[in-house]
Amino acid sequence: MPGLEDLYREIILDHYRTPRNRGELPPPAAHAVGHNPLCGDEIDVYLQVDGDTITDVKVGGQGCSISQSSASMMSQAVKGRSVTEVRALVRRFKGMMSIEEELPEGERAPEVEVKLGDLEALQGVVKFPVRIKCATLAWNTLIEALAEATSA
Amino acid sequence: MTLDVASIQAQFPLLQRKINGQRLVYLDSANTSQKPRVVIDAMTNFMETSYAPINRSAYQLAAEATEAFEHARKAVRRFINAPHADDVIFTKNATEGLNLVAYSWGRANLRAGDVVVLTQMEHHANIVPWHMLAAERGIELRWVPLTNDGQLDLTNLSSLLDGAKAFAFTAMSNVLGTITPVRQLCDAAHAAGALAIVDACQYVPHNVTDVQAWDADFVAFSSHKMCGPSGIGVLWGRQALLEGMPPFLGGGNMIADVRMDGFAPAELPAKFEAGTPPITEAIGLHAAIDFLEDLGMANVRRHEMEIATYAMDTLNERYGDDICLHGPTNVEVRGATFSFGFRNIHPHDLSQVLDQRNVCLRAGHHCVKPLMRLLNVNATARASFYLYNDQHDVDALADALDGASDIFGL
Ligand SMILES: Cc1ncc(COP(=O)(O)O)c(C=O)c1O
Repeated sequence: MPGLEDLYREIILDHYRTPRNRGELPPPAAHAVGHNPLCGDEIDVYLQVDGDTITDVKVGGQGCSISQSSASMMSQAVKGRSVTEVRALVRRFKGMMSIEEELPEGERAPEVEVKLGDLEALQGVVKFPVRIKCATLAWNTLIEALAEATSA
Repeated sequence: MTLDVASIQAQFPLLQRKINGQRLVYLDSANTSQKPRVVIDAMTNFMETSYAPINRSAYQLAAEATEAFEHARKAVRRFINAPHADDVIFTKNATEGLNLVAYSWGRANLRAGDVVVLTQMEHHANIVPWHMLAAERGIELRWVPLTNDGQLDLTNLSSLLDGAKAFAFTAMSNVLGTITPVRQLCDAAHAAGALAIVDACQYVPHNVTDVQAWDADFVAFSSHKMCGPSGIGVLWGRQALLEGMPPFLGGGNMIADVRMDGFAPAELPAKFEAGTPPITEAIGLHAAIDFLEDLGMANVRRHEMEIATYAMDTLNERYGDDICLHGPTNVEVRGATFSFGFRNIHPHDLSQVLDQRNVCLRAGHHCVKPLMRLLNVNATARASFYLYNDQHDVDALADALDGASDIFGL
């Protein structure tokens, strides 16, 4: 059995105890709510996209240490990035969670290099398959918020 | 102790399993129960010696299988004191039983504006079928509220039931552990001219059940929570009601005749058992009922009252305000199922940490989201005790909670 130290790394607990970018953004910022139907966790993601850049992001909601720390790190990682970079980052992160998503027909993977940085700390989650949904909740919500922001 | 738990545990092969050299502390029986050797053997033996189609073929093997299947139905009748075996319908689980009532009885009898009363502690299985009917038919749903200690608040029951066609409620909450006053609720329903539909999924595994003493109209439960296999459940219904209802699922076994221009449904119980039923599972359920009757359901109940008392005393003594046990404190009106919050540690994290000590408990919303909103939590941890749990299991839970505090630095 994988040990708890693989899951509850110090940096994860730090983000859990002191979440970054907590709060809300008023409209016209995009807003999406994500639910984990298994455990009832909820995450709000607010995105301010100006031109091609994510200029601000805030996170609300409640959940376990994994979903909350993942959301906190996600918010740090996407702030100031371009939409293309963020999409690439989501793919990298999901890849780390062993979720390989098919690209829509005719679309190619963006050729941008993104580093996961602190997010690497969440790598241990893969050894606890039940918790993968916790780690990816904020990211799926981010995708929804991005879709809203870029369609407007 | 009322039950000899050590000898009971010895009869459950899975409870002998060790993970990382430690014994298993299974505290998730409200979710699904483990199976005793007699159930496993009965199913294996049936498949090895007597398995055949039922109700369809003339050869001896098929006749034997049909008889064993119908024996299981009789065992259920006896176990819940139903008046007739033919009113015992085998379903897939309690969820299907409740859906059957909502679809078949509900569609035939409910129109826009008709009222169905539920309680605020219902499982999704006793909410969503009614929501679906509300969306389709425009029926109105009313909700019996809860008291602060997690019992039904019956103050305004008669006005809530005024004009209602049905009152569908749980006999025991899978989150709070609350046992509801079923007979009183059935009487109140009938006084208002409404049917009484009882979700007995959490009640039947732990108590003496008597559907006639309840004076209920429908009672649904699942085999897998009462030491039987998954894949089979029971809906008992009052004969006159079942006879008056249209069939639910259509197909083989549920017909008396099929023509190009229509069909005639079969008699009870086949009318509500379309297709090949869970045959081996019925044999397993029969063995589970025999097992429970040998122990005596009154003894099972007494044992769980002892465990519930010990769990409340131990956890409160050890953790005081750091633990928040939901539901009633009086063991007369509760079973041994406890949802709780512990030191602000999220239930997911708690159950993960406890898993390291082989303490299995459920974290989440337990398919009761409306109640979760009332408790103002997104999730709880839930420890549920059964006839194979004893004080050592309570102690193991209490010890494991300490470990969780260490990790989260609380
Ligand atoms: C009170 C209650 N009702 C209904 C159900 C549904 O049971 P099943 O999933 O076996 O259909 C459950 C199961 O958790 C329950 O606890």
